[in-house]
Amino acid sequence: MELDPVFLSRLQFAWVVAWHILLPAFTVGLASYIAVLEGIHLFTGREIYLRISMFWIKIFSVSFGMGVVSGVIMPFQFGTNWSRFSDATADILGPLLAYEGLTAFFLEAAFLGVLLFGRKLVPPWAHFTAALMVALGTLFSSFWILAANSWMHTPAGYDIVEGRFVPRDWIEIIFNPSFPYRLAHTVTAFYVTTAFAVVAVAAWLLRSGRFAAEARIMMSMTLWLLSLLVPLQILIGDFHGLNTRDHQPAKLAAIEARWETARSVPLTLFAIPDEASETNRFEVDVPYLASLIVTHSWDGEIKGLKDWPREDRPPVAIPFFAFRIMVGIGLLMLAVVIVSWWLRFRGRLFDTAWFQRACFLMAPLSFIAVLAGWTTTEVGRQPWTIYGLMRTADSVPPSLSGAEVLISLLGYVVVYLIIFPAGVMVMANFVRKGPDSIESDSPIESGRPERPTRIQIQSEGESS
Amino acid sequence: MTPVLDFVPIWTLILGAGIFFYVLLDGFDLGVGMLYGLAPDVETRNIVMNSIAPVWDGNETWLVLGGVGLLAAFPLAFAIIIPALYFPILAMLLALVFRGVAFEFRFRDSPHRSFWDHGFCYGSAIATFAQGMMLGAFIQGFEVEGRHFTGSALDFITPFSLMTAIALMFGYGLLGAGWLILKTEGEIQAAARRHGKVCLIAVLIAIAVVSIWTPLMNEDIARRWFSWPNIAFLSPVPIATAVSAFGTWRALNGKSEAGSFIGAVLLFALSYIGIAISLWPMIVPYHYDLWEAASSARTQAFLLVGTLFLLPVILVYTGWSYWVFRGKVRGDGGYH
Ligand code: HDD
Ligand code: HEM
Ligand code: HEM
Repeated sequence: MELDPVFLSRLQFAWVVAWHILLPAFTVGLASYIAVLEGIHLFTGREIYLRISMFWIKIFSVSFGMGVVSGVIMPFQFGTNWSRFSDATADILGPLLAYEGLTAFFLEAAFLGVLLFGRKLVPPWAHFTAALMVALGTLFSSFWILAANSWMHTPAGYDIVEGRFVPRDWIEIIFNPSFPYRLAHTVTAFYVTTAFAVVAVAAWLLRSGRFAAEARIMMSMTLWLLSLLVPLQILIGDFHGLNTRDHQPAKLAAIEARWETARSVPLTLFAIPDEASETNRFEVDVPYLASLIVTHSWDGEIKGLKDWPREDRPPVAIPFFAFRIMVGIGLLMLAVVIVSWWLRFRGRLFDTAWFQRACFLMAPLSFIAVLAGWTTTEVGRQPWTIYGLMRTADSVPPSLSGAEVLISLLGYVVVYLIIFPAGVMVMANFVRKGPDSIESDSPIESGRPERPTRIQIQSEGESS
Repeated sequence: MTPVLDFVPIWTLILGAGIFFYVLLDGFDLGVGMLYGLAPDVETRNIVMNSIAPVWDGNETWLVLGGVGLLAAFPLAFAIIIPALYFPILAMLLALVFRGVAFEFRFRDSPHRSFWDHGFCYGSAIATFAQGMMLGAFIQGFEVEGRHFTGSALDFITPFSLMTAIALMFGYGLLGAGWLILKTEGEIQAAARRHGKVCLIAVLIAIAVVSIWTPLMNEDIARRWFSWPNIAFLSPVPIATAVSAFGTWRALNGKSEAGSFIGAVLLFALSYIGIAISLWPMIVPYHYDLWEAASSARTQAFLLVGTLFLLPVILVYTGWSYWVFRGKVRGDGGYH
């Protein structure tokens, strides 16, 4: 069998980006959470917030480290496996990625050292500033990378000169039609994901009967946040879908598994889409609902896949199922939030065992929702890298052979399967220890100090 | 739009400086990573690792900036060179993964301590070796047709690139030793001085070999250096190299704590300038020059506006974070 470099490159890209995105999904939210905790501590002086913050900083440092190493791999993918795509689009995407480096990565990296190791070396306000800067950095990062990604979905503000995309209007390029929705939806997703992770840890601590005071604060704070964000996320998702209908109708048809263009379209809850015969099997439908959701009217028209020649259609089954997984989890989240209101009202928020178990389960699910969302988005864009303009098949370097990609893919698979489980284990260890009193966790045989370093200040004699 | 201004020289300067910063900064911490393998006991390893723990992440960020800067300013070079270096880049990236997570995992995952110890040391060594091969392959040039690399993925393996790979390991070792002399005291510092000397000798041999081999490989380069009057204008480069080498040697043997690091930096700067002189104005050696590989003027202008403002800001706060962690590193939990 011929090894296809295009297919293998896609697989490789999906593999490395999917692992990478899990970390921003966690660190973007966590950075903001830590900044908030540090702020509360700074302004109220309440020590418990410091303990919670230090607990999360430890976990943050592990996930941030993994975010960096898996992130450094990403821009090189554009060169090693998508060089023709890079050559064609660099005039537009290059600066966006470069601005990500300039505005975000340096900010994060420089202030991260101070956040992790510098508590004793700088005044409290400077430490709080470092926390804020790291959080800001992660948000800038999301801004630029999503601008680049959105441009690939809904290109705007460009001219094509000799087969290459060149910029015409930078504002149009950055604020391309799908960008505002994608940015809002993704960043909210990150906050939601982190919040569920925090709630899960709090629930687990409560169940294990330790650190109840810390756990209550974590749980209460984040459930309030989720009460706001989960409904908001669903609302933004709805708008995002309308945007997709306008700009990427073939993707929408795949998401809804619609073959024929029609009005008053039912919502297909479940089906097995069959691309060969262009029909769905085992359909479970709710009348009118798809038209209502996608067009906000009972008899709105939805385009069917048959409007496009076969070679311009995205795969159907993957976006169809991935989308249902994401939305299903979103609705579960909403259910959890609503239950939390009721429990809070009854004063049972912190001692309902089944609710704590449910919270614990939501954490992995929220990460799965992020992956499912991205899978919908990216697979639905196929067969294009630049929607409607440049095909995925034309994006790989001509010199690349299938065997070579197979080797690199195996390399990434093996390494990631060592690194990521190890990282999860390390983080789980921290959780198990809990937000222990600050002093007790002295690094007896440390390779790296738990907290502030062994750096001797010579000039200022600050050795407390 | 006809470009009013030619941004290529300034982008050459910025990118050149960015890549040099990367080589310097990640150079010393990769070097420290390799020397880590020579540390005799746990205590020493702790100190060695702590000397770079707060800064390695920022250092590696220059690699990202170098990569995306090349993509943005000279996309054709990115699109040809990166696929041509498919395997060394793969090796470098995977090695950097192990090295990067070792900072966190080594202590926190104590059952597998020695695995992460090795990951840190070999990761640093492999990443350096891969970068050295890239450098060699780059100097030798690539097979190109139109806008694409058309050679094979194994073209990068040559005697010359193997030599530059080993040379770079000693070079980073020298930078790392210089850094450790700055950040440590006592026995660790003395060991760093010893390792530094070995590295320095190897580096000087390597510089000599490259200086002879490159002009032999390529007539244009030979003519550039040895024809009259170039030879007169360019002679300060080898002379300054000799002076720096002598100074570094003195510093390694003497009491100076900053001298060896500064000397190593000068040697790197001079070698870098030497390579730049040999290849100028090529960016895809022997096929495309800087102007042919450049992105559109609008692209370069758009990025320049922000860069001119942001780069100094970055340098200031990066400098601040180094300042926060100034002074000697200790291995006991003594401080605070
Ligand atoms: C916590 C995660 C999460 C949750 C609960 C939801 N989503 Fe989502 N969704 C994402 C995480 C996400 C994401 C990872 O952020 C994606 C992938 C890329 C993007 O722009 O957002 C996404 C993509 C995405 C898209 C595809 C956009 C495109 O075509 O490019 C649509 C239409 C929706 N979402 C709609 C929804 C709706 C209606 C939800 C309500 C139940 C919902 N999402 C919940
Ligand atoms: C394929 C596209 C992507 C590329 C090329 C990329 C590139 C990178 C790189 C190079 C780093 C390491 C930076 C450092 O050295 O500090 C990184 C980390 C990061 N990336 Fe990505 N990234 C991609 C996808 C994303 C997406 C989609 C997001 C968010 C929406 C994102 C958000 C972040 C954040 C917040 C970090 C900081 C480290 C962390 O928090 O884990 N990245 N990325
Ligand atoms: C971080 C979250 C992301 C995830 C989980 C994700 C997921 C995927 C997946 C699954 C594919 C393969 C689709 C297929 O071939 O069927 C893909 C392809 C691709 N994505 Fe994304 N993506 C993400 C973000 C990005 C970003 C931020 C960019 C660019 C800035 C990007 C650029 C690409 C490119 C260049 C390809 C390869 C060409 C292609 O298959 O279209 N992706 N991605």
